Amino acid sequence: MIEIILEPFKYEFMVRSLITAIASGIMLSILGPFAINRNMGFMADAMAHATLPIIAVGVFLGFSISELGVPASILIAIFLGYIIKNSNVGEDTAIGIIFSSFFALGFILISVLNVTINLEDLLFGQILAVSRFDVFIVIAMCIAVVSLVIIFFKQLLFYCFDPVGAEVKGLNTNFLNYLFLVILSVAIVASLQTVGIILVLSMLLIPAAASKQITDTFVPSIYVSIIFGVFSSVSGLLLSYFFNLPSGPTMSLVATGIFVLSFLFNKISKKGSLA
Amino acid sequence: MKTTEESVLSDTAIIVSDGCCVQLGNTPALDDVTFEIKKGKRVAVVGPNGGGKSTLFNAIAGLVPIVNGSLQINGMNPKDAKGTISYVPQKDLINRNFPLSVKQVVEMGLINKRSLNLFSRKQINSKIKESLVNVGLLEKINENINNLSGGQFQRVLIARGLAQDADILLLDEAFSAVDVGAQEDIMSLISDINLDGKTILVATHDINNLGEKFDEVLCLNRHCCAYGDPSEVLTKEVIEEMYGSHFEMFKTHTPESHLKDYD
Repeated sequence: MIEIILEPFKYEFMVRSLITAIASGIMLSILGPFAINRNMGFMADAMAHATLPIIAVGVFLGFSISELGVPASILIAIFLGYIIKNSNVGEDTAIGIIFSSFFALGFILISVLNVTINLEDLLFGQILAVSRFDVFIVIAMCIAVVSLVIIFFKQLLFYCFDPVGAEVKGLNTNFLNYLFLVILSVAIVASLQTVGIILVLSMLLIPAAASKQITDTFVPSIYVSIIFGVFSSVSGLLLSYFFNLPSGPTMSLVATGIFVLSFLFNKISKKGSLA
Repeated sequence: MKTTEESVLSDTAIIVSDGCCVQLGNTPALDDVTFEIKKGKRVAVVGPNGGGKSTLFNAIAGLVPIVNGSLQINGMNPKDAKGTISYVPQKDLINRNFPLSVKQVVEMGLINKRSLNLFSRKQINSKIKESLVNVGLLEKINENINNLSGGQFQRVLIARGLAQDADILLLDEAFSAVDVGAQEDIMSLISDINLDGKTILVATHDINNLGEKFDEVLCLNRHCCAYGDPSEVLTKEVIEEMYGSHFEMFKTHTPESHLKDYD
């Protein structure tokens, strides 16, 4: 059994994919519990879609998606944060406008600049194509994301739970807001090659939502979310190898399967406790 | 020139508003508000919806800029006084779906600007327990906040302010969405906290029996209609100034002593 599971990793591209899958799983699922409890799913989706024009211009200028990662994510986070804070149309509407207009702009740029991008790979991920350089970039981003979450954990938690209370306490909530947006954006951009623009949201939200079904408090929910996230991405990668399936959608469906099981477990255990 | 008595009073003033004006967009939310709150007072802030109660709290907490006049907290600009105030905002401003334990919420009162906490774990735990004992919720220390009643949750937020050792406690609509028993519990808690010399401001819609619960009342309707002892300042004219033609509804609910000029 173990031999069968390890068999794909005799190929270097599968080892690279495995490392990328684990790093993306960790990055997205450590942030997932913050995102779902702050109702930031739509915002995260907008961040992923807003990358398209930056990728289009970057690839046109000769950069790879990995090289564009950090500057693109910082740019997106600051831009989205500023627009949402300063617009008077409401957060959801502002995100919706940016989401759709940036995505549309991305497609127009790809067409006008005649950029050679495989759109299917960009939308649904192509983890098997990651280069050694991509792996280093994703690992570096993962270390940065996890470190920043650990260092600012208590402040971020306070800010996400009670932003007014945190500001009155003297915390720099403006900094915390942008810090969280940048961290989230980095994790999303770094995971684009793994699961793509469309499915990155599933790897951010589903492991965290599944974890929330079976945990009561925040810190354990992060640990369980990471376990679910990494399991989904690694097992999704293996299933895609053995059954010749697209890797991003497979990871996403494994995560959904875990969510369904957690949901049922929650319902059954609650029913049991009421009896 | 101030008399000696006035100087002593000013020395103990913790919140001094002098012609304070705050604007929300193009609308004046507070207009020329002047009052002085002494250290250790329990103050009820009353007024109609849109009368500026929450705006005043936001101004004291340094969350909105003062466009005219001045507001001093402990002799400081509100922005510089952050950390000396604990704010329990209206319930819809707090994300209660966050799966946090009571302990985690109280611990937030000890979080510093810097990421590394200056307190040791032992000090933190002892401070959390002490604060929860003061609000009578020690047995709920590991409970998820989703499992608490509205009144218990308010007490947890008050415990957070106690852990912070804040000089001023601002409770915005502390009595909304809690039953009468919980209101009494919170009120008795406020009296106990007040014995430690903390200044407590409570925004409330309930103007009944204010004299029994608070030392002073601040009547707001964008401007300061009156400030002082509830039994002295809650006159027919002041209530009419705050609530307009609706003042009649307070006739039957307010003790005669609060409406001495009525009739």
